[in-house]
Amino acid sequence: MAMMRYAEALNAALREEMSRDPSVFMFGEDIGRYGGVFKVSRGLMEEFGESRVRDTPISEQALTAMAVSAAMTGTRPILEIMYADFIPLCMDALVNQASVFGYLWEGQVEMPFVLRTQGGGGVGTGAQHAKSLDSFLTHIPGIKVVAPVTPADAKGMLKSAIRDAQPVIFLEHKLLYNMRGEVPDGEDELVPLGKARLVRPGRDVSIFATSKMVIEAEAAAVQLAKDGIDAEVIDLRTLRPLDLASIKASIARTHHAVVVNEGWTFCGYAAELSATIMDHCFDDLDAPVARVAMPDMPIPYSEPLEAAVIPNAARIAEAARRVLA
Amino acid sequence: MKNSPSVEEQREIHRRMILTRRLEEILGVMAKEGKTRGPLHRCDGQEAVGVASCMALNTSDYVCTTHRGHHVYVGKGMEPRRIVAEIMGRETGYCGGRGGHMLLGDASIGMIGGNAIVGAGIPAAAGMALSIQVLKQDRVAMAVFGDGAAQTGIAHEAMNMAGLWKLPVIFLLENNQYGLTVRQEVQSPVEDLFIRAAGYGMPGLKIDGNDAVAVYRAVAEASERARRGEGATLIEAKTYRMQGFSTSDMGGYQSDEEMAPWRERDPILVSAKALGALIGDKAVSDIASEAETDIQAAFDLALSDPFPTFEFHRPSGAYAEI
Ligand SMILES: Cc1ncc(C[n+]2csc(CCOP(=O)(O)OP(=O)(O)O)c2C)c(N)n1
Ligand SMILES: [Mg+2]
Repeated sequence: MAMMRYAEALNAALREEMSRDPSVFMFGEDIGRYGGVFKVSRGLMEEFGESRVRDTPISEQALTAMAVSAAMTGTRPILEIMYADFIPLCMDALVNQASVFGYLWEGQVEMPFVLRTQGGGGVGTGAQHAKSLDSFLTHIPGIKVVAPVTPADAKGMLKSAIRDAQPVIFLEHKLLYNMRGEVPDGEDELVPLGKARLVRPGRDVSIFATSKMVIEAEAAAVQLAKDGIDAEVIDLRTLRPLDLASIKASIARTHHAVVVNEGWTFCGYAAELSATIMDHCFDDLDAPVARVAMPDMPIPYSEPLEAAVIPNAARIAEAARRVLA
Repeated sequence: MKNSPSVEEQREIHRRMILTRRLEEILGVMAKEGKTRGPLHRCDGQEAVGVASCMALNTSDYVCTTHRGHHVYVGKGMEPRRIVAEIMGRETGYCGGRGGHMLLGDASIGMIGGNAIVGAGIPAAAGMALSIQVLKQDRVAMAVFGDGAAQTGIAHEAMNMAGLWKLPVIFLLENNQYGLTVRQEVQSPVEDLFIRAAGYGMPGLKIDGNDAVAVYRAVAEASERARRGEGATLIEAKTYRMQGFSTSDMGGYQSDEEMAPWRERDPILVSAKALGALIGDKAVSDIASEAETDIQAAFDLALSDPFPTFEFHRPSGAYAEI
């Protein structure tokens, strides 16, 4: 075990996979000489050279389409899109190219690319640099979407994503990069995709959360415990394909569910979780599912305004009390 | 010379450039003290591009700018006090604190607006020009955008249509040599980007972006062309970003040798010299002290303004009855 920051864990995963497999290469804006805006690729250009760690022009649409086709022709590209807010620029390549070709040419080609990006608000980056567009991405058939929270998962899941034969969107959060945690040693310590993580067991209510909202959910569970409510917190980790078995097992124990995602409420990822739970766990539920997500409006800049829209522990705890009432 | 600024205009350009510089400097200090929120993109060294270009246009003309747009805001005539208030997240800011420093706008003077999606201002200005053409108005639209933005796909799409339809638009490419921390030559195989104009059937020219008079002339001429129905112009203003990419840039990649010649050609020095020859050095330094007082007053007022209170934005809502 080694103590690492989330950004360092990602860096270690990239370094190990680049060393292990010469077909892995990285490209993105400012990832080379500067080492990435969040320093995730620090030192990698020096170590692996300018051919395999490339600084690119600001050309997200072409870059994503190029990642798709480069992946179909023998490489394992890792594309960094600096902010999740720019994902709309990448959409055609994901929706009309990657998703479709993976189906049409199954067995003929593989599409092992990783698109890393980071989203989330809370630090005054404004309406075009703070969004969580998870549901845009999880809507697309054939594309995996993951969002690790701990440094250990960041490393283990990035390695799995790079080795995966399908496209994987790897969602980071700007407030997670400096979080520390123990990371297992060993180049083959992978964390499988498609498996949720039980953060904290509990008997009364299940809180299913994603990305930084897992940390808020943990804080909510602590608040709830003071009132004698025993909340279970589950970090979904992989948003698609979803670990339905873990969700079902948890609700079979607690009979109450709160779903949390930082994206918009309407048609959002939390809405999908709620519908999925309704479809598969209705008989186990003692109350309707409660959803905690971003209000349906752009993210404001000013501190008191931004604080009012981003879901937090207090709102999660309140939702849990509501389903138990 | 035709299209040159009058002495009065040159004086005002100088004043607005100094306002912008002092705005940036004060914000820089406040950022270091942790008194600002989110990254700030300063435009020190680029003031002539944003200020003189807007001064060559009419108030009713449309302008779009980028994440690095303070000079354009001041140039277009936005009030420093309300600019500062927006940057400080106050209720009195141009967007009531909703936007922050990258997303200011004032539709009443055609400033719509700042944009933090790189490249987005280019088709935006083309669309405004399309509207002007459809409505047969005596107006032009201008996009101020960076060398980095010039590499986006929409830059090409928008310029092609602007050339094809002879839209009344000015593409003012502010080449400050960097896109984030990456030098222009890492993003483009050619040094001069104005040469692309040939492919869009529009005039392209390269100007000294640190010379306010040169910027004014080029934009004034492009604006006349556009108003005559002769279409778009691509102007590449060569300049240099004297501060880091943003206040969170760790720096270390802009060497002193690289910066020294630009420091000597600071747009405010260039302008002071030209203006001094016309109105005398004393009058020029009076402009500076006046601007200093004005910007201090802007900060004092803005910082005592209240923060906004949150309200749900109804038009964004998802339910008809809420
Ligand atoms: C579509 C998009 N991609 C990436 C970014 C991140 N980003 C912000 S500014 C910038 C560099 C812009 O360079 P340039 O256009 O030259 O403007 P400058 O900062 O030099 O004024 C980048 C890559 C963004 N805001 N939008
Ligand atoms: Mg630039």
